[in-house]
Amino acid sequence: MPVSYENSKTIYRGIRDAGVRSISALPETWLGLLLQRAEDDPEMSLIQVAKEEEAVGVAAGAYFAGVPHVLLMQNHGFLAAINGIVSLAQLYSVPLCMLIALRGHWGEPYPWHTRGGIVTEEVLRALSIPLSYARDPVSVGRQIAEAWTFSQSSLSPVALLLTRDLMED
Amino acid sequence: MERARCLAVIYPELEDRLVVTIMGACAQELYDLGDRDNFFYLQHAMGLASSIGLGLAAHLPDERVVVLDGDGSVLMNLGTFATLARYRPDNLVHVVFDNGSLLSTGGFASQTADGTTDLAAVARGAGIEQVASVDDEYGFGEAFMEALERRSLSVIVARVRATGPDHYGMDLALPENAFRFRRWIARRRANAPSHPPGNAP
Repeated sequence: MPVSYENSKTIYRGIRDAGVRSISALPETWLGLLLQRAEDDPEMSLIQVAKEEEAVGVAAGAYFAGVPHVLLMQNHGFLAAINGIVSLAQLYSVPLCMLIALRGHWGEPYPWHTRGGIVTEEVLRALSIPLSYARDPVSVGRQIAEAWTFSQSSLSPVALLLTRDLMED
Repeated sequence: MERARCLAVIYPELEDRLVVTIMGACAQELYDLGDRDNFFYLQHAMGLASSIGLGLAAHLPDERVVVLDGDGSVLMNLGTFATLARYRPDNLVHVVFDNGSLLSTGGFASQTADGTTDLAAVARGAGIEQVASVDDEYGFGEAFMEALERRSLSVIVARVRATGPDHYGMDLALPENAFRFRRWIARRRANAPSHPPGNAP
């Protein structure tokens, strides 16, 4: 199924409307159209990392600099970033607003995504990271703003899981 | 040469820089020289000091950022050189103290111990143009000053002995360090217009 052009646009608008001016990311299929918009936006700073754990460091730097920042990654990237999330963000009370493409879940045709998809929610819960699922383009903008606000007030990582319903047409 | 001596050489230059240091011996030696509000001690999350530095440098182009890294930490995040090279923050100086040892986590030999892995070559191969290798205090001090003066991403690999302090401990809770660091930057930014011309790099 193709990645949803309209919903990618809606999500990007939600990120902008939340006041975010900086994104760190590791590109993947579902996030491609979003990142294209970030790249084309002169008011958005975009740093594409080589591995997702780097983005945790970049996000901490942006936080210290006072620049509103979100992280975009696939759930397997989240799994690869865990030590940074635990031993930088949680240890130092640095907020992280993570928008995570949830591959390997309901409707997943590709076997290689499935184990990561199956464990993502439980791993988030084990780390006490608040999570919410984004399924509907009507509410995703509000969910992004709420995720952002909660990360800042709780000084904690939070995760908004971008589902197939939202990301594919 | 010893890392503690290198830190003492550059300490006066760190007064108004954003300084991010790795865990353990390096953090303790910097702290013992004199703790400052503009120092962030990354006491865990090995490998991410330079990523924090990139986040700072990219969002604060008028500041100078100094990252004090180590071979054990940077080996856990070699991709950082590639990401730094991609974005080339011209206000970042990345120092890697290479003692060939995971000193602070037990003193085990690292992959650089016998000279097999050359971190300066790795940095160059990743696309960083300004890379210096030094093995004496004078050379280190000179390389550091040159890096501060030029507006170009700079990496300095400093070969040091695997020695550390005989004590560990800071009167600084980790979240307190983060809050303090962020507040120092916020206050400095708020006061930025009143800085005399030429004060900013």
